[in-house]
Amino acid sequence: MTTVEMPPARSVPEHTGSRLTRALGGAVLVTWTLWLLWGLVLSPADVVQHESVRLFYLHVPMAIMSSVTFSITLIGSIMVLRNGSVFWDLMAGVAAEIGVMFLGLVIATGAVWGKPTWGTYWEWDPRLTTAALMFLVYLGYLVIRRLDMDPVVRARRAAVFGIVAFINVPLTRFSVQIWNSLHQETTISLTDTQMDGAQLTSYALGMLAMATFLAWLLVHRFRVAWLEHAMDESGLEKLIRDRRAEGAANEPGGVR
Amino acid sequence: MFWGYVIAGYGIAAVVLGTYVVSTLRRGRTLSRQLDPEQRRFLDD
Amino acid sequence: MNRLVADAWRIARKDLAIERSSRVVGSQILPFGIVMLLLFAFGVDPELQVRGGERSILAEIAPGLFWITVLLALLLVSGRSFAVESDDGSLDALLVSGVHPGSILAGKTLVVAIQLALLEVVVGAGSMLLFGVRVDDPLHLLVVMLSTTVALAGAGTLLLAVVAGYSGRDTLGPLLVLPSMAPVLIGATAASGAALYGTGSDGAAWTWALVAFALLYGAAGIVSAGALLEDV
Repeated sequence: MTTVEMPPARSVPEHTGSRLTRALGGAVLVTWTLWLLWGLVLSPADVVQHESVRLFYLHVPMAIMSSVTFSITLIGSIMVLRNGSVFWDLMAGVAAEIGVMFLGLVIATGAVWGKPTWGTYWEWDPRLTTAALMFLVYLGYLVIRRLDMDPVVRARRAAVFGIVAFINVPLTRFSVQIWNSLHQETTISLTDTQMDGAQLTSYALGMLAMATFLAWLLVHRFRVAWLEHAMDESGLEKLIRDRRAEGAANEPGGVR
Repeated sequence: MFWGYVIAGYGIAAVVLGTYVVSTLRRGRTLSRQLDPEQRRFLDD
Repeated sequence: MNRLVADAWRIARKDLAIERSSRVVGSQILPFGIVMLLLFAFGVDPELQVRGGERSILAEIAPGLFWITVLLALLLVSGRSFAVESDDGSLDALLVSGVHPGSILAGKTLVVAIQLALLEVVVGAGSMLLFGVRVDDPLHLLVVMLSTTVALAGAGTLLLAVVAGYSGRDTLGPLLVLPSMAPVLIGATAASGAALYGTGSDGAAWTWALVAFALLYGAAGIVSAGALLEDV
């Protein structure tokens, strides 16, 4: 008895890494080092907010990146409704998951910033209120994606919700302006604070660091989602194969 | 007293992001092992 | 186009006939509104006055309580709207018979809106009787109520269609509907406050926002109906 060794068509590693992710990962290391160096060490404390201004170098880039991920979810949802693309369905879900995590951290770091600055962790300010709502809405989106139903039907329904949910992104982004135009009172604005060169650099590095991190994470997380999808598919195929074999065996004069 | 808040903020983010990254990478390894090579990737590298 | 409207009207009349014979609105939804009014009066002492004001605290916050009641009733009403279909597969029968999904959703939205409007009349009258609410500008209030009702009914029907046929829809529905509808609730409360007492200078802006929400969610349901209802 000889076992025939089939050479693999191409070598696919038993993890989600690749040259692309290694390159992105290198960029993450470099940008994060620079960002943390500037944000936490080299840049000066703020005149008004003191050291807590440093939270913004983390908070603002994550907030912007969460809007980016929800935009990917929007695009993915539109593509799913147009042509039932599996890639975009998975991508929309993956992006929303990362976006919800980012948004949760945005709210948490905002609360930590609010305590020393406003004297309270939570303020019923339009931006905070709409951000909390957006978090809950996208949490609902993630729940829809996990419903136990036909994958094609679920993908379409999630896509509809992914499109409807997006209204929260501009609503949150412009909430301060919308509410300010309604109420005449002014709220504390971030742009009031004077920013010097090192602070601006810290912001820019924070954006760069979070953007490269998001790209790296999206690739890995998408590959995991693809693996999960492949598992479901192969599980289904095996089920059908077993049924066929069973049917053939039960047939009179069938294969024994 | 302000440094405490800064450390808390960055600490929360580090823990959450770190946990998510580790669990994503580990899940990727576990699932990859259970699938044939040609099923593992959406695209060639 | 005429066909779509005619079909939507037929669906609405069918559902209204079902609702009339089941008597759920009269015997369950409207009493729910009255129970809420009583609960609010237990939670907030009706004797408490706004400091230096001429109204009770309950009358002052009545617009918010009113719309919270309507929002909760929306969950009950729009949940029923799909339960009557998906239980015996009659939705599939409608689709097979060539009815456009947009007509189905539009018809259901109309029926939900009618039921909500009935509830609003009862709860609104109750608030005036029990809480001492007065109305400064009835026409403004009418516009606010109409547009909010259409926005809520449209969005509620759309979002409940997303989870239609799923066994956990009773618990998932609220998670989808309530946060999505919170901006509408905020706007409706502010605009009704302006219509009732002339408080705040932003009543008009919020009213326009509500009209926009009504158009948006009304249209969104009809546009996405095909993707939601045609199950493979």
